[in-house]
Amino acid sequence: MSRIGVFICHCGENIGATVDCEKVAAAAAKIPGVVHSVDYKYMCSDPGQNMIKEAIREKNLTGVVVGACSPRMHEPTFRRACEEAGLNPFLCEMANIREHCSWVHEKGDPTTEKAIDLVRVIVEKVRRNKPLVPIKVPVTKTALVLGGGIAGIQAALDIANAGHKVIMVERSPSIGGHMSQLSETFPTLDCSQCILTPRMVEVARHANITLHTYSEIESIEGFIGNFKVKIRKKARSIDMKACTGCGLCSQKCPTRKIPSEFDAGLGTRPAIYVPFPQAVPNKPVIDRLNCTYYLKGKCRLCEKVCPTQAIRFDQEDEIVEADIGAVVLATGFEIKHGDFFPEYGFGKFKDVIDGMQFERLASASGPTLGEIRRPSDGKKPETVVFIACAGSRDPAKGIEYCSKICCMYTAKHAMLYRHKVHGGNAYIFYMDIRAGGKMYEEFVRRAIEEDGVKYVRGRVSRVYEREGKLIVQGADTLLGAQPVEIEADMVVLATAAVANDGAEELAQKMHVSYDAHKFFAEAHPKLKPVETNTAGIFLAGACQAPKDIPESVAQASGAASKVGALFSQDELTREPVIAVVNRSAPPLYSTCVGCFLCQAACPYQAIEREEIRTRDGKLIKTVAKVNPGLCQGCGTCVAVCRTKAIDLQGFSNEQVFAEVMALLDRSEPDAGI
Amino acid sequence: MPEFEPRIVAFVCNWCTYAGADLTGTSRIKYSPNVEVIRFPCTGRIDFMLLLKAFAEGADGIIISGCHPNDCHYTSGNFHARRRWILFRGLLDFMGIDVERVQFSWVSAAEGAKWADVVNTTVEAVRKLGPYENFRKIDRAGAV
Amino acid sequence: MKLGFYPGCSLEGSSREYNESVMAVAAGAGIELEPVPDWNCCGATAAHNMNRELGLSLPARILAKAEAAGMKEIVVPCAACYSRLKVTRHELLEDEELRRRISAIIEYDLRCEPEIINVLQFLDSRVMPAIEGRIKSPFDRRVACYYGCLLVRPHKILKFDRLEDPRSMDEIIRRIGGDPIDWAFKTECCGAGLSVSKTELVGRLSGRILEDARIRGAEAVIVACPMCHSNLDLRRGAIEKAMNRKYDMPAIFITQAVGLAMGIDPAKLGLNRHMVPVKFRERPAGKVPAGPESPAAAGEV
Repeated sequence: MSRIGVFICHCGENIGATVDCEKVAAAAAKIPGVVHSVDYKYMCSDPGQNMIKEAIREKNLTGVVVGACSPRMHEPTFRRACEEAGLNPFLCEMANIREHCSWVHEKGDPTTEKAIDLVRVIVEKVRRNKPLVPIKVPVTKTALVLGGGIAGIQAALDIANAGHKVIMVERSPSIGGHMSQLSETFPTLDCSQCILTPRMVEVARHANITLHTYSEIESIEGFIGNFKVKIRKKARSIDMKACTGCGLCSQKCPTRKIPSEFDAGLGTRPAIYVPFPQAVPNKPVIDRLNCTYYLKGKCRLCEKVCPTQAIRFDQEDEIVEADIGAVVLATGFEIKHGDFFPEYGFGKFKDVIDGMQFERLASASGPTLGEIRRPSDGKKPETVVFIACAGSRDPAKGIEYCSKICCMYTAKHAMLYRHKVHGGNAYIFYMDIRAGGKMYEEFVRRAIEEDGVKYVRGRVSRVYEREGKLIVQGADTLLGAQPVEIEADMVVLATAAVANDGAEELAQKMHVSYDAHKFFAEAHPKLKPVETNTAGIFLAGACQAPKDIPESVAQASGAASKVGALFSQDELTREPVIAVVNRSAPPLYSTCVGCFLCQAACPYQAIEREEIRTRDGKLIKTVAKVNPGLCQGCGTCVAVCRTKAIDLQGFSNEQVFAEVMALLDRSEPDAGI
Repeated sequence: MPEFEPRIVAFVCNWCTYAGADLTGTSRIKYSPNVEVIRFPCTGRIDFMLLLKAFAEGADGIIISGCHPNDCHYTSGNFHARRRWILFRGLLDFMGIDVERVQFSWVSAAEGAKWADVVNTTVEAVRKLGPYENFRKIDRAGAV
Repeated sequence: MKLGFYPGCSLEGSSREYNESVMAVAAGAGIELEPVPDWNCCGATAAHNMNRELGLSLPARILAKAEAAGMKEIVVPCAACYSRLKVTRHELLEDEELRRRISAIIEYDLRCEPEIINVLQFLDSRVMPAIEGRIKSPFDRRVACYYGCLLVRPHKILKFDRLEDPRSMDEIIRRIGGDPIDWAFKTECCGAGLSVSKTELVGRLSGRILEDARIRGAEAVIVACPMCHSNLDLRRGAIEKAMNRKYDMPAIFITQAVGLAMGIDPAKLGLNRHMVPVKFRERPAGKVPAGPESPAAAGEV
């Protein structure tokens, strides 16, 4: 006979205001097998937990039901309390009467009745719960950091400095990310390269870090502490060991007019190239889509001039396998190229550029060596209009969210322009100035007050060309929506920051959730900002949402500390919610008939074949067997099993059928069953 | 006569729809109290015999909801559920069971508002269809 | 082919030439346009600004008459009428309660069956396929296609063309051999109803439109709305005063341009009714008429 304790939480007013908790506790007390039923203001508080512990000891409970918030919130709390009182933690379950009841319904009898239903369901489940023992698995103390931008660099260095191995994978030929493209950084106007490149070099030199650039994740499988990853090292067509990075090949390459990715299309590069002078590794790569040899079968000039014979035209992609224990996703973001507003003429007029292109114009290492010259004719623009929110905060034409970094970088752009072109006019059209951050507001004030940047609060309706000028038509909403027309020489769009190319595919590969905009989803918006819903995979930087450099770095260090905590233990305990195949006495041995439908359904290759033999080795039967290390507990095998031979611990057939029956049975329970 | 209040059972997965329904709560979006949730690790775990059990025990409607295609926490459980549901629905329809009473949907952990919407539309649809007496009659007669 | 047709007040009054050209083009393409029986005012801007129910009931009654007559599609050349009918249909379909209320007012259980199509959709889907290959005298002119506001807004409801940079009229002009300019004033405000109360403002707003078309070398402005036409044509005096410059560029309806390409007599297209005489520059000798595949046609991005 079960001896179940029911504990109903008021959660202050959160549940108590809409659900009659006393009534729920009273109703639960009448359920056969419930020997203790109480309600209390805050069950998760220390006194609340002590009530559970005392009841377990005094009433010798065999199961605990806590009617409170979502089990996704406090199940671990209450299970730990039970364990401390000597009850197997898997005999404790939660009925969600907050998120699924009190918060979503009005005060009244139907809401209380629903709460009673939800508690009754869980009581019936708990009655059938079995004590389970957590599974111990070893931890591989190597972290995979995906992405070599500032977030990835920070995470990798922090983990490596804590004494753990790190494998860093970067898609492009060099690490550095967007930060390496920036001119100067707000709010201090530090040169971006100057603060970043030492870190890039440190990554390359660190004894604990293995760097794979020009590489992507081919596949990943496994689970926290025990992932297996395959990395595709794309063919660089260079022998990295032989190459000294002298640069002769790039100088001699006859194909020179390829738009440079690093210069955001404003400069050009050859087909064999190092993305930028401070690249790490500082060794070239052949762009096979543009190389004359790969296109036409002739040339090989780079091979002839290479003093160390490092060119390898026949190099193939290489797959590297590695065992890792944790992953930090730091794959960054991309800026949307003006597609949201055809009326701004991005792509149609050469002098309408995006923010990243302006960074390159302002950068000392950029195509104009830091002079602000417009792309069409190389003239110094006398008037530049900056348009903030070009796509952000615009559900009608762009995206709903705020891209967060644009207010600050636009202020910086206008400031840099005013520093570099004396007497130039800088206008910024904006919706609001969002300068929340240390020294940020002061920075914007400086742009306005010291550098004379003219802020116009209003939207731009269109940009068109007339007689060599870009006519910017907008409204000044602080002057009563007065139409404004500015004849500009260059227009800079602060286009929206969006999820990186391929973010969705990567998320699916890694089994992490992502939001409607394809940014990776954190496990909790406030309390678990660096974790994902998949244990062992963490987030850093703008792959989670648009972020500036300080925030990316902070989150990266946060992710690194999570990895460090995980690696501080030799063994991990995993929830024993896994599938098992039943076993019974001879002559049946198991109801499994060996059809292996479960094997086909299992996403984790966790089902193995087991041969049951007589003592003299004669085969009696082949049945399925679950590998507890691989099983993740999805239960797909249970639903496909035709003989109900396989069952999921914690969500067994017996439990779920009992739940359905209990849910729909609102009759008063007869006493004495 | 008071309006008919249907009883609807929702079978949802832990990672997307259960979390989505939690978000509905966190966002304080109100919806009809006629739906009660039973949590599964994955829609792939849902044995469709449970649907018949629920109807037999007095449910008027059923919601099955999990992660969007490609977003399953377990890679492919929701695909298994979808494939099985397509076959099972054909079978139910053939047997004369009112398949309109079963709502199959995808609600992600970020779609709190969508969950409220799915609940409300299903409740309204089932309210229009009325109590599912037919199934219970058959069940009492021992045919299912 | 027979289609429903709603002329509205302008086409019977100040813009008779629009009506005449629509009819002539339709007849030339073998399409019969049947007016909605006993049609009434659409309410235009006045009604829905004063009283929502009136603003919806007037177009609803037109829809009701068309529906009762079994019309499946109604061609509505006037942009304001098009907007009112389309918006009303949308609102009634979205809100069952509202549909019932309006049905009670007009004493007809409106199901909103007839589809509303504007003149550009009509030309594109019905007229052009019928006359393709029968272009007698290609409309070999560099012109500015001016859409105005109501043909494309609100985009959420109309779902027609691109909001800020529409292209459907340009496409029709190309198909009849013309050369539409790439310009930024396609949907700028002409001043609309302020024509009466603030004529000088209309002069300034419409003037900006003409001025940009002039700079880009347009020979004419092509319109698809009686209001735009009257501002660009009838208010030429105010425009010239505001801009301090003479403009001889005519404003003609898209149906007139298509009619000319079909070889229809200009008088039958009502081209003699304009305030600004419709005269085109002499063609430079030896110039080959620009066809749809001319390089100029590929200018738009």
